[in-house]
Amino acid sequence: MPSRPPFIAIGLLSVCVLAYEVLLTRLFSITLWHHFAYLIISAAMLGYGASGTALTLLKENIAANFGRIYVISAAVLAVLMPLAFMLAQQIQFNPLELLWDKSQLYGLFAVYLLMMLPFFCAGLGVGLVFAHFGKQASRIYACDILGAGTGSLGIIAVLFLVPPQQALTALSATALLAAAIAVVELKMQPKRLMEFFLAMAALAAVAIPDMPLRPSPYKDLSQTLNIAGAHVVEELNSPLGQITVVENNRVPLRHAPGMSLNATSEPPPQLGVFVDGDGPAALTRFDGRFEALAYLDQLTSALPYHLVKQPRVLVLGAGAGSDVLQALYHGSAAVDAVELDRNVIDLMRHRFRDYAGNLYGQRGVHVYKAEARGFVNASDERYGLIQLALLDSFGTASAGLYGLSENYLYTVEALQTYLGHLAPDGMLTITRWLSLPPRDALKLFATVVAALERNGVTDPAARLVMIRGWKTVTLLVKNSAFTAGEIAATKEFCRSRFFDLAYYPGMLAGEENRYNLLQQPYFYDGAVALLSPQRQDFIDRYKFYIEPATDDRPHFFRFFKWDSAAELFALREQGGMPLLDWGYPLLVATLAQSLAASVALILAPLAWSRCRRTLPSASVALYFLAIGFAFMFMEIAFIQKFVLLLAHPLYAVAVVLCAFLIFAAVGSWLAGHWQRADKVTLAVIAIGMLSLLYIVMLPSLFQALMHWPDAAKILFSVGLIAPLAMCMGVPFPAGMMRLAAANGQTIPWAWALNGFASVIGAVLATLLAVHLGFAAVILLAVLIYAIACAALGRFS
Amino acid sequence: MGFQEAVEVIGIYSPGQGREIYATIYWEKNLKRHFALGALLTFALTLPSHGDEFNAARSMMMEEVLADTAATSSYSGRTALDPRVAAAMSKVERHRFVPGALAASAYLNRPLPIGYGQTISQPFIVALMTDLMHVKAGDRVLEIGTGSGYQAAILAEIANSVYSIEIIEPLGKQAGERLESLGYRNVKTRVGDGYYGWPEASPFDAIIVTAAASHVPPPLLKQLKPGGRMVIPLGAQFMTQYLMLVEKQPDGSVTTRQILPVRFVPLTGGH
Repeated sequence: MPSRPPFIAIGLLSVCVLAYEVLLTRLFSITLWHHFAYLIISAAMLGYGASGTALTLLKENIAANFGRIYVISAAVLAVLMPLAFMLAQQIQFNPLELLWDKSQLYGLFAVYLLMMLPFFCAGLGVGLVFAHFGKQASRIYACDILGAGTGSLGIIAVLFLVPPQQALTALSATALLAAAIAVVELKMQPKRLMEFFLAMAALAAVAIPDMPLRPSPYKDLSQTLNIAGAHVVEELNSPLGQITVVENNRVPLRHAPGMSLNATSEPPPQLGVFVDGDGPAALTRFDGRFEALAYLDQLTSALPYHLVKQPRVLVLGAGAGSDVLQALYHGSAAVDAVELDRNVIDLMRHRFRDYAGNLYGQRGVHVYKAEARGFVNASDERYGLIQLALLDSFGTASAGLYGLSENYLYTVEALQTYLGHLAPDGMLTITRWLSLPPRDALKLFATVVAALERNGVTDPAARLVMIRGWKTVTLLVKNSAFTAGEIAATKEFCRSRFFDLAYYPGMLAGEENRYNLLQQPYFYDGAVALLSPQRQDFIDRYKFYIEPATDDRPHFFRFFKWDSAAELFALREQGGMPLLDWGYPLLVATLAQSLAASVALILAPLAWSRCRRTLPSASVALYFLAIGFAFMFMEIAFIQKFVLLLAHPLYAVAVVLCAFLIFAAVGSWLAGHWQRADKVTLAVIAIGMLSLLYIVMLPSLFQALMHWPDAAKILFSVGLIAPLAMCMGVPFPAGMMRLAAANGQTIPWAWALNGFASVIGAVLATLLAVHLGFAAVILLAVLIYAIACAALGRFS
Repeated sequence: MGFQEAVEVIGIYSPGQGREIYATIYWEKNLKRHFALGALLTFALTLPSHGDEFNAARSMMMEEVLADTAATSSYSGRTALDPRVAAAMSKVERHRFVPGALAASAYLNRPLPIGYGQTISQPFIVALMTDLMHVKAGDRVLEIGTGSGYQAAILAEIANSVYSIEIIEPLGKQAGERLESLGYRNVKTRVGDGYYGWPEASPFDAIIVTAAASHVPPPLLKQLKPGGRMVIPLGAQFMTQYLMLVEKQPDGSVTTRQILPVRFVPLTGGH
């Protein structure tokens, strides 16, 4: 029997698992609509928790075959990582049908259980080593955590180099390599096993073709590719997204969102640019002749150019350049274009440079690879016009697909920042899709009013203009009061394009609803109410959630309200289905499923085994449940919060997971060597103080550092999380040690309850963040830690 | 599920059980992924002797559609469904326009997938859209986005001639063949770009654009007769958010109406 644990193999296995967790969020973004981070983290926790229970029950049976089972679990992991995802793709889970067809819930559950399997397998492998080499637990833990940290951050680097499908194959090869190394480390016979696994690893890395991704047929890209003549001309991958460029010479893309019905021109040929299959953004052919671009003056977004002459323009989210082109068409003096994804800029500058008429190399056009808010924050410029591009597609927006996504571009704080960088008579302009009854337009209006007030503006009503076409709404916010001339120009702009006035300072009832008739003048009525002293009352009584989005609750696209849920659900067959965002019911369904699955796979098997004779006391149960919940609440809240600083959900998931894992492990290790009886109390006090400090400090700290380079921001984030995570690493091992000393037989229960709380906690934290905000979730976590602390005192 | 059990399932559908049949069919949709069974069901149920079950289901569907229309009358601007539309919907066999495996769900008041990421609209929405078009006998109608061909069939029951263009090749071919085999001689279909309409057949009394479009193609507006009406559903697949009705005035100017297909007031009644 070997005396040394398989340190290298353990490390490699952990690399795989954490990299897989992050990679799945990427893959789900491409095949479905959302990154589903909460679902994947919950599935991972379920896999780990269930493996703990399985180990408890099977320990004696498998002890003799420890080496073999360990190697097999690594090999099975190699197979399961791609296989589970492949099978999940076969399940035709369609969130759009969720509310029509209850069988979609089974699909969701099946996806969840499939995603759990690889984590179960890895948990079994790592758990076996811990069980077998108990005395060297701290060194095993170190390798485990080092691997986890490397995996979660390393996958980001890998995703810059290869497409996600290829990264998945690479993970399989790594797991097989781990199996081969384990054979050596555990001195297993026959030695040929090692060669076999090495050969398999090489085979996986070289010979296995990448798994084809099967995006939902209802995603914009899938729909576009079904059109006769459509084909992909370019595809680029990075952690920020998969960029696909589609050409169709037979049925050309003609993207002119909400073009006036009075327009006679049509757009020139265009290519469709999709990010993770969402879109399209139009890459318009430009041959230097502006006459061909007349359609750009027939959109509601052209209004500001009729009010501000030759402004200096800032386009946030420039993408394939539609808004830059619009600015040039209207004779703007200079255009600063900000785009987050370098791949998109490169496409415009190289591959499609001639097609786009060297748009990003035109005189006066400056392109910056940066995150929008960070760029504005760090800029000393003042702009005549700041334009926030319409980035999401009509279909996804109208189906409520972004209901759970955090979006830091449309928050009160973000708008304050943009408004702060306007020239004295400059304007901020935002165009949104028209939804009916109004949702995002009114939420945006409310958010802008709040931002103006927070900036100390006393006359917000004088600075706002809103117009609507049949498909889009454009909101203008001026840095001073609108003049009579500007209002007259607005009226003329709308009249000649069959657009309607929704709000301007001094507008009279009856002036709206001229060309695009609504049952009631919803937009005008809403705007007036939001500017009146009864604003809060209106927001409260409105049947959609239009409370201004803030950095603490950045779910701009959440319109779901429990108060109207029953009414909306009842109306679903009478054409009311699109009034319900699916994102929210999906989250609730996931919560119910995670509860059922974790009871069935973690707790129930223990309850049926001989462990039922060693039930833990109430305070022991409470303690391990509480620290499980609190840890997940903290982690999920930080992931969502750090999206603001790190500019992308994937970066946030990878960095925050990595930091929490590594430093919680360091904390655990230190706690093991720390002989104070009250160490949990001290740790919880420190957690409370750090949390309060962060809640107060983070907003302004993030504002100040947003423009830093990515590497610096990642290091800074890890540094911020480190002390908190170290303290959060203390309670679990401290509780275990206390239990071991008092009543060791209940340890399996402690593991299981903690795992159970982690599974639910991941989903519950997301749900609570939507309702209460991140600060509240973090405070709640502190409170739960305090409860745990009290429970620990009653252990014996 | 074996053959015997499948026959038992089919056996449940005996004529004249009203709501129970409806409930059974509703339950049946959960089995839709069992393709083999679905094919079997289609085969069995589309035999003439089983036509009655579908008729019963269709009249149930119509009851619902009529009730929904009445409930939303103030929103659509119509007090009741045009009898011609109701007659067409009562007649057209919707189960022939959905994939075989979904035939049992064909008369549910919900949209259904028809492949290629496309859907057949919810019956209530089809009724509302057709109604808004004010189609009369003798009219010439253009449809952009044939899909399954169901909407074209409904229109063909009322209008003199229907011209329909589909952008997705296999879907367009299937629909064309289907309409032909069902004897709709007054429907002409074509696969290709709908942007420029069907100039040879223009002008049209009514146009319906069910294909997602970022804007209304100017050529289509041109091909609409003065006094004609164009209907465009807006939203994602499975989710018709609102309907846009474009009315071309006799003088050629255009107004639109954004119609919520549901009776819903976003603000709760005041104090």
